[in-house]
Amino acid sequence: MKDTEGYVTADGRQIGGVLMEMRNITLRFGGVVAINGISFDIREGEIRAIIGPNGAGKSSMLNIISGFYTPSEGEVLYRGERRPAMKPYEVARMGVARTFQNIALFEGMTVLDNVMTGRLTHMHAGTLSQALWFGRARDEEMENREKVERVIDFLEIQNIRKTPVGRLPYGLKKRVELARALAAEPSLLLLDEPMAGMNVEEKEDMSRFILDVNDEFGTTICLIEHDMGVVMDLSDRVVVMDYGRKIGDGVPDEVRRSQDVIDAYLGVPH
Amino acid sequence: MLYRTAGQFKTSYQADQALFPVRQDAILLGVILIFAWVVLPMTASEFAFQTMLIPVLIYALAAMGLNILTGYAGQLSLGTGAFMGVGAYACYKMVTLMPWMNPVVAILLAGVFSAGVGVAFGIPSLRIKGFYLAIATLAAQFFLVWLFEKWAWLYNYNASGAIQVPNLDMFGLWVSGPQAASVTQYYLVLGVVTLMTLLCINLTRGNLGRTWKATRDMDIAAELIGINLMKSKLTAFAISSYVVGVAGAMYVFMWKGAAEPNVFDIPLSFQVLFIAIIGGLGSILGNFLGAILIVGLPVALNLLPNALGIPISSATVEHLNVMIVGALIIFFLIIEPHGLARLWALIREKLIVWPFPY
Repeated sequence: MKDTEGYVTADGRQIGGVLMEMRNITLRFGGVVAINGISFDIREGEIRAIIGPNGAGKSSMLNIISGFYTPSEGEVLYRGERRPAMKPYEVARMGVARTFQNIALFEGMTVLDNVMTGRLTHMHAGTLSQALWFGRARDEEMENREKVERVIDFLEIQNIRKTPVGRLPYGLKKRVELARALAAEPSLLLLDEPMAGMNVEEKEDMSRFILDVNDEFGTTICLIEHDMGVVMDLSDRVVVMDYGRKIGDGVPDEVRRSQDVIDAYLGVPH
Repeated sequence: MLYRTAGQFKTSYQADQALFPVRQDAILLGVILIFAWVVLPMTASEFAFQTMLIPVLIYALAAMGLNILTGYAGQLSLGTGAFMGVGAYACYKMVTLMPWMNPVVAILLAGVFSAGVGVAFGIPSLRIKGFYLAIATLAAQFFLVWLFEKWAWLYNYNASGAIQVPNLDMFGLWVSGPQAASVTQYYLVLGVVTLMTLLCINLTRGNLGRTWKATRDMDIAAELIGINLMKSKLTAFAISSYVVGVAGAMYVFMWKGAAEPNVFDIPLSFQVLFIAIIGGLGSILGNFLGAILIVGLPVALNLLPNALGIPISSATVEHLNVMIVGALIIFFLIIEPHGLARLWALIREKLIVWPFPY
């Protein structure tokens, strides 16, 4: 997997070069080692999954990618270049968007406003222009509203666009959160347990949206998920973590057959 | 039926994002503006100008400034009175040092000083939140009022320690000081407040407003979607303090005529905070509704017993006023934490579908 040309997936999609690479990432909280020397890469256009039992360090890994944690050791490479220690908002401006395990929407705002916040990194009008609602600020507002409406259409949430997010049921909130992340037109989309707490139907919907996003916008996706069936069906390549170590990495079929992975999930007789 | 929105279709996002997407709202606002600009100035008495019209506008503006900080950006502040004081003293120093300066320009520039002071005292907000931040702004409140008392240069070494507004004219009309006519001052205040309101509406519905609201609702998520929290909070402090400072300058120059340092003490901060809370946090309209209530209530309580022929002493009225305002605040915090503005929104929702239940 060291080639730069990428590979072709089982369903015939061409996967590009390395977008983001983790090199020997270690993360410690005091004496606790949450992540222990993990390396893996995320390639352009692929759906990459991180799986593992509870407490394996998956969310910590996602937090490192999105800049919320700085690794104790190791480095993150973005498009081949070493990424210096950054604030989360700077990482977001580089084109990394994410959703959260526990929904983190802005409850007091409407769906439309929430999704519009996803466009913040693309809007640059000055305060004065905004105060006067004239010139650049107004033009930007319209341009970005159109982009946002496309995302709203895509995720089929047109009918709730003026509803305050606080009033929505759980499944829709998850979808609005995805919309907010998508509105940023990210080069890398991080999804932290997008199906958590959903019923089968909602999971099917969400899976379809994830595939569609990847297919239509060519967005690279890195997701964490517990539902094995979903992970194996959706993802092109899977990283398996256990107790902060990497115990498997490869296409779903490979990973499924790996003895280490089976042991981690089913337990080993002592 | 008057409020029916059926038949008003939007064909562009521009129309959907217009200031008043519902036609009736625009008409209603037009009527209010005509009242404020034409009918009231022609009919109001001197008493009405001084006890109702001018103070309502000034308090509403101060509350609007606080609302940007607390209601939109979610940063609790108890230093509003002191920031108003900074505006007033800055304006006083400018017009006494540079008597040729246009008073309106001086008032608008005075806000710049309070914005600077506001940002300085807003720096703790980068580290602390909620009640702890409120305590930090309380420090600003006490420190600044102390400064107004001790720094004699601020009040030009007056023996009284107070600032006295000089007679200022603009295009041959007295606009402040003892010689100014109330109606002139009213128009000036109304003009500034109208302008500020428009700017604040635009700011809060645009990108900056969304940045603030995101910071308020969930700061961690806000940072992860690309918001620089430091910038978001400090712009909120700057713009909020600017508006508050302008209100403070007008409070002295267009209304009171003179002010001692203790005018800007904590009771003023609380009064503005009450207006913002009763009117509705996170709303522009609410500031006006709250100001009308808080300013109007004592006036009504004063006039009502006389009109009804009930003998009641002014001390009793004062006590009644405090009791009623206190009760109202508790009532609103329990029943409708979003204040009068929310009540209006609910009434409006009902009116749109009236006479049907939905």
